[in-house]
Amino acid sequence: MTGLLYALASLGAFALVAGLVLAIAQKVFHIEGDPMVEKLDALLPQTQCGQCGYPGCKPYAVAVASSEAEVNHCVPGGERTMLQIADLMGVEPKDLEAEPAAPMLAFVREDECIGCTLCIKACPVDAIIGAPKQYHTVVADHCTGCNLCVEPCPVDCIDMLMKPELIEHWSWPLPDTKRAQLGHERREQHAGHG
Amino acid sequence: MPAMVRKLAQRLGMLQHSFVGGVHPNMHKLTADIAIEECDIAPVHVLPMKQHIGEICSPLVGVGDLVLRGQKIARSEGYLSVPVHAPTSGRVVKIEEHTIPHPSGMGLPSIFIESDGDDKNDESRAPISDWINTDPTQLRERARMCGLAGLGGAVFPTFIKLVQDKRFPIETVVLNGIECEPYLTNDHRLMLEHAEEILEGMAIIMHMVGADSGIIAVEDNKQDAADTMQQALDARSDMENVVVLVLPTRYPQGSEKQLIYTLTGREVPAGKLPMHIGVLCQNVGTTKALYDAVVLGKPLTERTVTVSGDALPNPTNLRVRLGTPVRTLFARQGLEDFSDIQIVHGGPMMGERLKNPDFPVVKSSTGLLAMSVQAMKAAHTVEQPCIRCGHCSEACPVSLVPNLLADQCRSDQFEKAAQYDLFDCIECGACSYVCPSNIPLVHYFRYGKGQLALQRREDSFAEASRKRSEARDARIEREKAEKAARRTRVRQTHAPKTDEAKAETAAETGGGAKPAAEATVADSKTVESKD
Repeated sequence: MTGLLYALASLGAFALVAGLVLAIAQKVFHIEGDPMVEKLDALLPQTQCGQCGYPGCKPYAVAVASSEAEVNHCVPGGERTMLQIADLMGVEPKDLEAEPAAPMLAFVREDECIGCTLCIKACPVDAIIGAPKQYHTVVADHCTGCNLCVEPCPVDCIDMLMKPELIEHWSWPLPDTKRAQLGHERREQHAGHG
Repeated sequence: MPAMVRKLAQRLGMLQHSFVGGVHPNMHKLTADIAIEECDIAPVHVLPMKQHIGEICSPLVGVGDLVLRGQKIARSEGYLSVPVHAPTSGRVVKIEEHTIPHPSGMGLPSIFIESDGDDKNDESRAPISDWINTDPTQLRERARMCGLAGLGGAVFPTFIKLVQDKRFPIETVVLNGIECEPYLTNDHRLMLEHAEEILEGMAIIMHMVGADSGIIAVEDNKQDAADTMQQALDARSDMENVVVLVLPTRYPQGSEKQLIYTLTGREVPAGKLPMHIGVLCQNVGTTKALYDAVVLGKPLTERTVTVSGDALPNPTNLRVRLGTPVRTLFARQGLEDFSDIQIVHGGPMMGERLKNPDFPVVKSSTGLLAMSVQAMKAAHTVEQPCIRCGHCSEACPVSLVPNLLADQCRSDQFEKAAQYDLFDCIECGACSYVCPSNIPLVHYFRYGKGQLALQRREDSFAEASRKRSEARDARIEREKAEKAARRTRVRQTHAPKTDEAKAETAAETGGGAKPAAEATVADSKTVESKD
């Protein structure tokens, strides 16, 4: 009988100590937010365009992290982002829903702008500057081309233009040889099958 | 080491080292014996707003303005930039985009100047003949305002290098007269014809950076140039610590880092500049241009260009005004039909291959080559599989493994290629030159570098967008919270209105938050009791 009591008491004490250590550890090593969400969010292009069906990149990251959304919904991210997400989540890559469009840039036709600030409110990355009843303008270096400012504009004075191709940003294409294309395709197939 | 001993040791080649790798292409120096000819002033000059490495310039003149030769027509907007000057007197006829010698075939905004034929000089810059008693910072400003950029082809703004930095004192000034690219002979001719000016320019550089020794490096296929420089050096009394060294010909010896290693045995670390190891390297053409800028007060408006190639009837060396259309230069040398011609801007190893000659001479135009398409095709036949012979690794002057890097670039493993020091590649082309399988190795590296740069640009843009998006979300949250707080405050102050008497008492007792809250509670109670 005393043996049983000793056993209960020692195990109980051990459980208490272990519980205490765990409780302290949770306080000391507490992690803000879900690390998986952070990692996924870092992979996304941050256009905040909502083409994935979620209101921004972070919400989509949350949805993917909880396996609620597929890995192939990010259109601007393209193949590269999809593969990275699939890699991180440990799931099979899927075909993209749509080909990423050429990078665009919003442009406010200032003569027609009435200064309503609706586009400023719509811009997810604060790339439009202006004040009530003043012309608004898009900071080209900050615009992600997400299209979200076009819809709210009451006078339709926002155009989506092709992002100008800069000579500094030009890069060499793959060599125009059969082997170059072949090696490149093999790699893509390889990546496509995990 | 005392100066005399060092000089002797240098002359005997005891201090020379040998950079790794390198190749010995057939040099084709067709124009080595042809003196530099003056080229006629073209009717219209085209001046791109960027002819250097760095930031683009913005025009200072408008359409219709009259300009003089040497007048500044475009201002540099950033630090890493030098202005552009009018190459002759005339009128600005238009400012619009024009193709530049760039592998993309794209263009840049350019100023078009119609020559008036008078070629009047802008005399506003006074010559500084007494440079030895002039403050180096003033000379440096002169180099910047005269638009000097490295004329060896890299066009790095010269004034940036001409600085006295206490942390990195310059011990040795290297005058680069190597000219290791096949076909090119303009530096060779400059040394033969303008040795005194080049030496004076070198003396100015040594004065500016406070260096006490100098080396003039020439390859042994230009022995006559080395002799001329030596004679000119012997004629001067103030350049005791300068030697002329003749190095065995090998490509790419003229590359700055390789040359410095050969001469000093010191390696420029990756991502660092020669000044970090106490060396300054200048091309002979740039040094001559510095002489012109300081002693004659002439900005950079012309350069020597080797016009050559196996398909050109009369190869020669020309002194050409910047902005001269290349088509007129080829026409001058007897080439008008470009249907079977591949044009190369620069040297055949590193230069840009261009489809048509509709671009102007710019500061980086060391050579203009017209090659027959057949000859170029023979050099670039079908790419074969790599046979692991290792010739490319032996030829690489920066000790990379080109075949491995090419595999990685071909299969889009760019990060991996970067780990294998892709960015240390100087794109000299030695590996492609020796490859028995005709693999366009350098092309793969350029592709890889471009893609990696693109990815990094996208990543940093995404990171910046994320920060702005988060800041916006935080601001919206804060505004919401503030609005909510304001609402409760307003509701609290206005709530007693339903019961005027109580509001008055609340106001009388001080109208603070607490009495108001009590009043609200009391109100709701009265409402309840009424129900």
